[in-house]
Amino acid sequence: MSTPARPESLARLDRLVAALIAKGIVTESDLVEAQARTDRASPEVGARMVARAWLDPDWRRLLLGNGAEAAEHMGVSMAGAPPLGVLEDTATLHHLVVCTLCSCYPRAVLGYPPSWYKSFEYRSRAVRDPRGVLAEWGTTLAAGCRVRVVDSTADYRWMVLPMRPAGTEGWSEDQLAALVTRDVLVGVALPRLPVALAAE
Amino acid sequence: MSEIDPQHAIHDIGGLSRFRCTPVERDEAPPDGFGKRVDALRQVLAAKKLMTVDELRRCIEAIPEPEYFALTYYERWLTSIGTLMVEKGIVKAEDIA
Amino acid sequence: MSVPLLAPGDRVLVKDDWPEFRGPAHIRTPHYLRGKPGRVVRVLGGFANPEDLAFARPAPKRVLYHVVFERPPLWHEGEAGDDVLVEIFEHWLQPVPAERQAA
Repeated sequence: MSTPARPESLARLDRLVAALIAKGIVTESDLVEAQARTDRASPEVGARMVARAWLDPDWRRLLLGNGAEAAEHMGVSMAGAPPLGVLEDTATLHHLVVCTLCSCYPRAVLGYPPSWYKSFEYRSRAVRDPRGVLAEWGTTLAAGCRVRVVDSTADYRWMVLPMRPAGTEGWSEDQLAALVTRDVLVGVALPRLPVALAAE
Repeated sequence: MSEIDPQHAIHDIGGLSRFRCTPVERDEAPPDGFGKRVDALRQVLAAKKLMTVDELRRCIEAIPEPEYFALTYYERWLTSIGTLMVEKGIVKAEDIA
Repeated sequence: MSVPLLAPGDRVLVKDDWPEFRGPAHIRTPHYLRGKPGRVVRVLGGFANPEDLAFARPAPKRVLYHVVFERPPLWHEGEAGDDVLVEIFEHWLQPVPAERQAA
């Protein structure tokens, strides 16, 4: 569970911030701006990058070749952000992203990581038992599809470019982007058609 | 294969047997107000070249084990940032104790 | 960045080294890969060495690679064909001599 911070930690943060402000190191507006900037990032950016890659081969090449440049084209400022790598799923290879050492996550295009991504269980198990973890998400891969776990250990941040689902021919970028959830971009889930459509 | 995990540092938990049989709790919660503020503080201090993410990680990894597992994720960050600011002489230990 | 000593396709061994047990250290090579064989997939570029950055020391750039590891030498379980792809710095990698690659 994401346990709330203890009162003494809230007080400790206040004291540290007050000391830094008193010394002229940071200002309250620095903190407010940094938080607002981080709050604006969301998986919708990553989803749109994927949807565009399904529609536009040139964009797909850019995305796979230089994810950070592609993100800049989406209006995301990547100055100071780690490089973004994009992992291309195929019919025979599925990628799953984890950071076993800490919690590296492509925050510029996905926003804050969810608590489970930072949990000891996910970090420990995804690399050793990826199929077990996928099963917990109800994710089943096609027979013959290999799993490549990507342990995000260093300077890159990684996002998955999944396969475009069958049955989406003629769909718009907006419609396609709606299929791409945060879990899909991490690789614990696959894009799924709404049940009503899938049944047709 | 030995049933005993090889030696590893506290944060270096890929594949550890101790977590093998525990399902991932699907906690979707984003950080709370405390977490977001600690997160913002780290970004501001990094932008001002007063600390790196590598230093943040080193001081998280140096938290003694009982405390490491008792603290929440962003409490570990706060501990680390406080350690660094004292280590660098930017604040005094008694300012933030 | 210095010229990469390794190229895609090269067989490598991760050094079986444990600096974290000799003193203060910050290591980005996971424990489960130490001493394990892998194969270079791509050169990711030159990046300041995190082992130095963590201590605010001058941090010369080191070459970072994406290295793929077959699953069985890591854990003798799981599905054949599955693997793990990890960023590893050059100073943690030893080339495997060609005669051993043939084996």
